[in-house]
This record gives sequence, structure tokens and C-alpha cells, in this order.
Amino acid sequence: MAGKTLYDKLWDAHLVQQRADGSALLYIDRHILHEVTSPQAFEGLRLADRRPWRLDTNIATPDHNISTDREERAAGVDAIPDETSRIQVKTLDENCESFGIREFKMNEMGQGIVHVMGPELGASLPGMTVVCGDSHTATHGAFACLAHGIGTSEVEHVLATQCLVTKKMKNLLIQVDGELGTGVTAKDVILAVIGEIGTAGGNGYAIEFAGQVFRDMSIEGRMTVCNMAIEAGARVGMVSVDDKTIAYFKGRRFAPTGEMWDRAVSYWRTLQSDSDAVFDKTVVISGSDIVPQVSWGTSPEMVVPVTGSIPRIEDEMDPVKRQAIEHALKYMGLQGGSPVTSIPVDRVFIGSCTNSRIEDLRAAAAIADGRKVASTVKQVLVVPGSQMVKAQAESEGLDQIFIEAGMEWREPGCSMCLAMNADKLGAGEHCASTSNRNFEGRQGNGGRTHLLSPAMAAAAAIAGHITDVRSLKQGSMA
Amino acid sequence: MKVFTVHKGLVAPMDRANVDTDMIIPKQFLKSIKRTGFGPNLFDELRYLDEGQPGQSGRERPLNPDFPLNWSRYQGASILLARENFGCGSSREHAPWALEDYGFRVIIAPSYADIFFNNCFKNGLLPIVLNENIVSNLFREAEQNPGYQLTVDLPRQRLIKPDGEELSFEIDPFYKQCLLEGLDEIGLTLKQADAIHAYEAQHEIDCPWLFHAIK
Repeated sequence: MAGKTLYDKLWDAHLVQQRADGSALLYIDRHILHEVTSPQAFEGLRLADRRPWRLDTNIATPDHNISTDREERAAGVDAIPDETSRIQVKTLDENCESFGIREFKMNEMGQGIVHVMGPELGASLPGMTVVCGDSHTATHGAFACLAHGIGTSEVEHVLATQCLVTKKMKNLLIQVDGELGTGVTAKDVILAVIGEIGTAGGNGYAIEFAGQVFRDMSIEGRMTVCNMAIEAGARVGMVSVDDKTIAYFKGRRFAPTGEMWDRAVSYWRTLQSDSDAVFDKTVVISGSDIVPQVSWGTSPEMVVPVTGSIPRIEDEMDPVKRQAIEHALKYMGLQGGSPVTSIPVDRVFIGSCTNSRIEDLRAAAAIADGRKVASTVKQVLVVPGSQMVKAQAESEGLDQIFIEAGMEWREPGCSMCLAMNADKLGAGEHCASTSNRNFEGRQGNGGRTHLLSPAMAAAAAIAGHITDVRSLKQGSMA
Repeated sequence: MKVFTVHKGLVAPMDRANVDTDMIIPKQFLKSIKRTGFGPNLFDELRYLDEGQPGQSGRERPLNPDFPLNWSRYQGASILLARENFGCGSSREHAPWALEDYGFRVIIAPSYADIFFNNCFKNGLLPIVLNENIVSNLFREAEQNPGYQLTVDLPRQRLIKPDGEELSFEIDPFYKQCLLEGLDEIGLTLKQADAIHAYEAQHEIDCPWLFHAIK
């Protein structure tokens, strides 16, 4: 019999019941809640007079629509100017209070973007099943969690039953061998993967990322990669456990200690695909071929190397894809055939659950250090992913580097990744963004998003247009 | 949940690939704490020429004359024809809520994003998968024939065209049952409470660090 993949192992370890019709009951170890996708779930519980099955698996925080402006934040929840946002944040507070769920409130140390705060608190740990009403939950797969996004009906289902009714996915191995070149980061790797397999390439699959490139990558880099599995169509993206994984969790707030830690570690060490495991599909990419990536269009698969050009309609033969390129060029206001480095940048966003961790901020600061934002750039937002990231960055003086370069240092939250708060693009504005989606209107009605790495975003801020970070000499921190 | 058995309705086309959930319901409308009322803002950025805000009446807003759902021939449509990877992007259940609130009961596309697909079934919305050529034919027929209607027979898993031609489609038996009976999934799962308790007790023995950690 063939061995098991990491996904098979995690699935088997959480299977409560397999049903004849192919569906299964899967036990959930950690459920993370935020203000946008939970209110209707709590309301559903109330209407049916149900209670959460197990309180200690749930953890909540507001992140999606809170202000990142220092003064507005300091004024507290009651002072949130937008009424609908205020109601939503207050509703989360009230629901957590009345059901007894541990919440890290808006201005509390520990608060942050759900997928930044979960790992940094040790609230998500290797081997767990982790769900959240947010599609970027795959982030937690970076340390061998079976983690994925769910809808609000499922949020209610998990609250009430501690289980998810689900079907087993297929196994997809994405192997990136070799070594990355200088200036090439985790973000470039995942963008290149999406460019290769397309935004529907992973539909129906759980992805395991394997190969030397991921072994060499930090846990934070692996989080960036797994975070965007959903942009490749896969709900789940995972990397197996190694020494780095274990070192990352040692001493985290909710991580086990003492003898319990040792037991956990010996279990975590088994969280790898067996050498004879069989995958339904395998994609192999050479790491040394990857150069910094930039998205030009309105889907994350519309990505090109920074050394490349914007595609021309006439070069595409498939009629549906042709139409998509035509739409995207029009929306983005771009000419097919021109180099991506010719794209001017109006605003820059450094943040989001993809790229707002301390290593991301260090990478951006290394470029910004001693330089100034181009005069044509209207705004550069640097938004740390959590209160803890913010405190760490400030202790390292990164905030001062950003401010001296002419960037804005903000309070933690999702911010301009999805523009539910006041941080948004104006119509027609181009944004170099470290976030995960470049859909039409995502960062503001009519806004034009270019996805790239934190270092590339900082370089674009300095140059005033998309530029190859490798052509900039790094600052004193490099 | 609404029961779904047989549905006959007007077909409207959404002729682009990779329609994402931001396009189906833009973020400013996600601030609602209700499940209903999203219909007027379905496809908001495509449907209207101005930028929509929550609480605004759709009737006073300038419609985009180029968007098919605004054309008189598609008013009252309840079956949406779509292209590949429909519903990609965010997990927001507001997307199926908006489609359902607008009046759609069926979507027909070559493929869907996983989370969206799953969310549809929780809301009495039937996403049918047909191969690309068949979907392209349906687009052509719907566009060439004003008033084009289809009948969807879920128990028999058949799509019936106006000329009587029948197309069969596949559906997961569990989802089919949920739609046919309008089942309360939580109620169903809670009938398995003993199995969940038994699993949980063993899980706590195997992985005790997963219990009582969050304080």
C-alpha cells in the first residue's frame, strides 16, 4: 500500500465519521473568528437556541474593517466614524462576550489580522485543523495545519458542532527545487506558481509545497506561500514540519510547555508525507528560474516577471482568455507589449495577511532606508499585521525608517488589501501592493492593483514606477 | 433552507471567466450583519455607473446600459449562465446570499471555485457543472432567443431545453439530498453527537495540548 501524504495524515487524524455518500465529519481544533463573516453565524445560533460546542477552540479578533489611523484607533470602538463598521465591530465584541469566546479586542496587544495573530500567539499549532470565515486561512498550512476558509453557514456549523461536513480533496504536490536568486522572495515564488498553474489550477486539491526552496524558506515565508494557495484555486496549502517549524512555536503564548511540549514535538515530527506517498498531480518548478514577479491584470494568474512585458491580445489564441486579457488591459489602462517597469505607481500598500509580518517589514525597510518616496507617489501605507508585529518593528526602529522615507506607519488591520475601511484607491490609480488579490475594484472602486513582494513594493515607492528591486543597491540594513 | 426540486426560469448570461466574489458583491456591502438584502448590490460595480454605498436605493442610481442583467429581456432571470472558475476569491457567503436575494436559483458554468461552490448549497442555490462546449451552446441559444428558459429537474438531474432536449448533470449525493429536503445541516450533525464526543475523548488523550489552551 502506498504511503500517506501530509494531507492524508491530517485528514485521517481528524476524521470523526466517513459517510457512504462521500461526505465526512471532520473535527476542528481551532476556529478563528472576525467581525465580517461571523455576525450571521452567531445570529443563527441564537435563533436556534444553540450554544458553542467547545468554547476553548475559538479565538476572535476584529481586523477587516477597523481603521488603521492612529488617532481614530485610539478613540476606541464607539468612535468608529462609519456606522456600519462600528456596528459590525461592536457586534463581534458583544457576541464574544455573550457566548464566552476569547477575543483580542481592537486595541489589545495580541490583536491583528487573523492569519498573523493565530500563528504568532501559538493559537494555531502544527497538526491542527484550523478554519476561519476567510479564504486566506490556508496560511496556517505553513506549519502543517489542515487549514482552510469556510463560509458563514459553516462558521455557525463549527461553532455548534465542532465539526465540518466536508469531502476529501485530491493531493497536489508543488515542488520547487534549487535555490532562489538574490532579491527573489516567497511572494515571487507563489506568484510564479499561480502564473504557472492558473487561478483554477488547484481547484479540488490540497496543495503540498515541497522542495529545497521551501526547506530554505523561513516559517513566515512559508506563510506567504500557503496564504495564496487560494489564488491558485486550492483551499489548502501546506508545508511539512521541520526544525524551523518547531523552533518557531517554542515559547509562543498558547503553545504547550514542559512535558506537554515534548509530547507535541514528537507528534509534530511525524507530520510529513511518506516517501512513497502518491499525489494525484505533481508540478515541478525550478527555483533558480524564478525572478521577481508583478501582476499586470485583474486576476492573480495575470502575472509576469519584472523583466517581462504586458501580454498582447493578439498573442493569445484561446477566445475566453483573449477576452479576459482584453477586459483586463482596458480596466488597467495598459498597452499590451510595453514593459511592466513602465507602469507608474500612484500609491503603495505594504501589508495584508500575505505580507505584513516582521520579516516583510524588514525587507521593505531595507529598501526604504536612506531613500525617499518619489514625488509622484501620493501615498505609501505600511500596515503591520498585528499589535505584536507593530511593537517588534518599532523596537527595531523600522517605523522611523518608513517615516523618514515619506511613508505612513499605521495601526494593524487588513486595510487596503480589501479596502473595507477608509484605506482605498481612487478610480484609475495604480497601486504596488503586497496583498493577494488584484480583482477589479478590490482596493477601491476603479483601482488598479499590482501584486508584488514587500521589497518590490518599497522599490516601486522609491522609483515611482514598477522597478526591479535587484537594480537598487540595498540600504545600510541589507 | 429553501427546498429545491424542479425549477423553470429565464436564463441570463454572465459572459466572462474567473468572476470573483468581489465582483459578485463588493466589500462595502459586507458590513451588514444580516443575511438578506444583498440583491440590489449583486454585481454592483458592473451593474451601476456610480460607486455604490450601503443603504442606498438602487432605483435612484445610474444603470450601466452595457450590462446584460440591466436589459429588459433578462428581467426576472433566475438561472445564471457563467464561465469557468465562477466565484473565485474570498469565502464571503454574501456572494450566494446576493445571488439568491436577487432571484437566482441556479447557476450553470464549466467550473466553480471550491468555497463558493460549497456555500451555494447552504443557501438553496444549485450550481450545475456542464462541460465548456455545452455551456457555450447554452450561451449562444440564450443570446439568440429572447425569453429563453430552462427547466432544472434536480431529482432526475436533468436540464430541459425549450425544444425538449434533455441534458444530464452530475451532483454530489449529499448536496442533492440537502437541496431536495432543505435540510438543516447543523441539526443533522448534532444527531451524531455521540460520535463527536467519542472522537473528542480520544483526541484529548492523544493530543492533550489542544485542549484548554486558549484562556
